[in-house]
Amino acid sequence: MIRDITIGQYYPAESRIHRLDPRVKIVCTLLFLVSLFIQNSLLGYVIATVYLGTVIRLSKVPLKYIVKGLKPIVILLLFTVAMNLFLTRSGEILVHFWIFTITEGGLRTSVFMAIRLMYLVAGSSIMTFTTSPNGLTDGMEKLLHPLNRLNVPVHEVAMMMSIALRFIPILLEETDKIMKAQQARGADFESGNIIQRAKAMVPILVPLFVSAFRRANDLAMAMESRCYHGGEGRTKMKPLRYKGRDRIAYIVTWLYIVVIFVAGRFVPFKLWIF
Amino acid sequence: MSIALEHISYIYSPGTAYEKHALKDVSFEIPQGQFLGIIGHTGSGKSTLIQHLNGLVRATSGKVVYEGDNIYDGGYDMRALRSQVGLVFQYPEYQLFEVDVISDVCFGPKNQGLSPEECERNAREALELVGFPEKYYKQSPFELSGGQKRRVAIAGVLAMKPKVLILDEPTAGLDPKGRDEILDQVEKLHTETGMTVILVSHSMEDIARYVERIIVMNRGEKMLDGTPAEVFRHYRELEEVGLAAPQVTYVMHDLRARGFDVSPDATTIEEAAEEILRSMSRSGKAAPG
Repeated sequence: MIRDITIGQYYPAESRIHRLDPRVKIVCTLLFLVSLFIQNSLLGYVIATVYLGTVIRLSKVPLKYIVKGLKPIVILLLFTVAMNLFLTRSGEILVHFWIFTITEGGLRTSVFMAIRLMYLVAGSSIMTFTTSPNGLTDGMEKLLHPLNRLNVPVHEVAMMMSIALRFIPILLEETDKIMKAQQARGADFESGNIIQRAKAMVPILVPLFVSAFRRANDLAMAMESRCYHGGEGRTKMKPLRYKGRDRIAYIVTWLYIVVIFVAGRFVPFKLWIF
Repeated sequence: MSIALEHISYIYSPGTAYEKHALKDVSFEIPQGQFLGIIGHTGSGKSTLIQHLNGLVRATSGKVVYEGDNIYDGGYDMRALRSQVGLVFQYPEYQLFEVDVISDVCFGPKNQGLSPEECERNAREALELVGFPEKYYKQSPFELSGGQKRRVAIAGVLAMKPKVLILDEPTAGLDPKGRDEILDQVEKLHTETGMTVILVSHSMEDIARYVERIIVMNRGEKMLDGTPAEVFRHYRELEEVGLAAPQVTYVMHDLRARGFDVSPDATTIEEAAEEILRSMSRSGKAAPG
């Protein structure tokens, strides 16, 4: 049910990808996302597929999980594909019926766009699957550290993020529990029209908000009683340090960027219209 | 008129890294009117087990039979089942949401489709059953103390007039006084209304005093099933799984080991005192030792 939402969730496993420094994963993910936009050719996507496939394979996260994470963007995906498919007018006309016209260019753009979108989501979800929320914010904090000089409260923002992330599974579990408790009192969430269904949410939302505030209060109290006072002078128990494998990951990813840029732009490789 | 579990197994998130065998082939039957205790260590599957009894969790295999009907049969009315088998969750006060106590208790009866008057009547009866003072009926449930909130939440289930009442750790987080009050109230409910009561706990002391039968769960399996005296005879095995028999069981066993003629089956302090007195009068004033 609610637990099936996989996007942005950590998948615990022992793998090479899991062991990488979070900073590496953040930077490499960004590079991968950029790589999807600096080229637009069949060969480029083949190379991106190889890279992404290898990372997924190494991460030991089941492909099923990643596919499940794509579910939320299905509608966006269909919309984009339809828009590109019917509205792009370039090249020869492939199909024409009633008011719809599909051109070579339209088919090409929509297929590439769909792959791009799916890879964007898959690429970033592999990062969240293999990095614990805490690791992620630690990495973020360290990467953005230079912004401190511009008076950006980097540590505070990172702390807020890690708390928010930490609370997602807790609140999901809480929702599940409250839903069950109200169902035990005969609540019905499945039938009725939209207004009735919205009303049926009240017995879930009120206790959920109450408990969120209670938890926030408890947490604030617990932090304060341990003398938390923000980032200044705060040391880390496990400071992030680059190791050999992190350097390898950087090198591989930069190589990938160069290869995809060069191959995607300058190597002529065409199959039919793609 | 009973609930029976037949070979229930339940697996959490099958086929993923989180896969967990929560219940393994659990079977038992609860006759109407019984006061049953389910006990087990944290993570032994007791909370999952009771959620099977009103169909909130669907077993991976096996079946649940309520009054002769398999609740997994197509077309079985789950909502009707849930109003017959009332389940009070752990920390039930976190499910309160209405503006005042009485309307919160009315939520269940309202879902059963009763008229507003009937709802109110049932709610008042339920609140009375749990000993909730009438002057607070119109107060916001969020302003009450923890113990009172819990009473309101229990009343919220009782107002549906269930035939079976399941309480998951009803005393968790309460002080000793609040704990005794709630448990006494539950016992009174059982004797007055004759409903089946299932009490889930990890505290032997709590359970031993009230129930007629104990089921011990361990790692998703039913480990022991019998009267408190029968179950506590296995106190060594209970220790091995992180549970313990009530203190008096140990006292009685020790006394017996030192030559006193006492039966070790006493499960409450009162029973133990009686047993010791009886043994002393039997053997005259001179106790061995």
